[in-house]
Amino acid sequence: MELKTASAGTLESGDIIVEISPATSKGIDIQLKSTVSYQFGEQIKKVIKETLSELNITDACVNATDKGALDCTIKARTIAAACRAAGKDLWLD
Amino acid sequence: MMFVPGNNPSMMQDAYIYGPDSIMLDLEDSVTMAEKDAARVLVHNALKTIDYGKTEMVVRINPLSSPYGKKDVEAVVSAGVDVIRMPKTETAEEVKELEAEIIRVEEKLGCVGRTQIMAAIESALGVVNAYAIATASKRMMGIALGAEDYTASLKTPRTPEGTELLLARETIVVAARAAGINCFDTVFSNLNDMDAFRREVEAIKALGFDGKSIINPRQIEVVNEVFAPKAKDIEKAKLILAAIKEAEQKGSGVVSLNGKMVDKPVVMRAQHTIELALASGIITEEEL
Repeated sequence: MELKTASAGTLESGDIIVEISPATSKGIDIQLKSTVSYQFGEQIKKVIKETLSELNITDACVNATDKGALDCTIKARTIAAACRAAGKDLWLD
Repeated sequence: MMFVPGNNPSMMQDAYIYGPDSIMLDLEDSVTMAEKDAARVLVHNALKTIDYGKTEMVVRINPLSSPYGKKDVEAVVSAGVDVIRMPKTETAEEVKELEAEIIRVEEKLGCVGRTQIMAAIESALGVVNAYAIATASKRMMGIALGAEDYTASLKTPRTPEGTELLLARETIVVAARAAGINCFDTVFSNLNDMDAFRREVEAIKALGFDGKSIINPRQIEVVNEVFAPKAKDIEKAKLILAAIKEAEQKGSGVVSLNGKMVDKPVVMRAQHTIELALASGIITEEEL
């Protein structure tokens, strides 16, 4: 899937900014900054990876800055960023 | 009914803690055009994931005439929302158009009839058509006043006394009662004047409204205090309901209490008092 660089989310408490850009290599590469990285870093990356997989995005670079978002928020921001990056509503197709 | 911006995850996840009767996640005025898509996904995922208990979940969508309205309907119906709030409703046809859109999505999901509708009346034309709007769909569970847009359409400012809203409020209550649905008053925005807020809640309760829209958890306690039935009214209502049961057991169509006949409106008021007391958690089913 052809992607351009796009992001969704905010830096407010309980939110996360997810920025998706075209892949520089095969697979999903995630760079994460999080206030709760030590406890939940792997879980946040897992939610982002699974969400992109559900949207059939297999190759992308992801930069995420987390401010303590719940899984449902991480998923929503990943979907919104992916739709913006792909230029279409992938999640209701 | 507490208004919560649909693009603020923190407020959306915390709203339930304060115990409002219903939470209205907003996709319309509180979300900028650039964020409509992201808010829609966020609200969809919140509805599907967060356990709001028995709190009624409402989503205010964008108008169907906008580029966002139909996508909003699809997103929130597929997430299992209880009620869709239509903004700026002016005609029965608009309600029917929304209903058709809801049915289209529900048929795809196999859950026809699940989603209810609430119409916000926010213009002079909407007030004139209040009864037609209230009766436009079997899914209509209530109509609500939106005062800011309404007063703008009247070309008058809002005042603390609310004189400019009186006709709209009375029309909405009468239309809702005639249609057999609920009616909800508009928001009160000045959080620094809780005395004026209490006076407004008392006034709209006296007019016959079922509830008040709020914008901050601080307002919940006042609304509950004003709307919750008083202890002596509950005791009286319990006695009336006991008298009804006794009359039914005797096979009598006439209900009497302390030697006096109880009229039907008194019975209806007693039933409403008990319903409110149950909903407020003041009494339990076992106490009846």
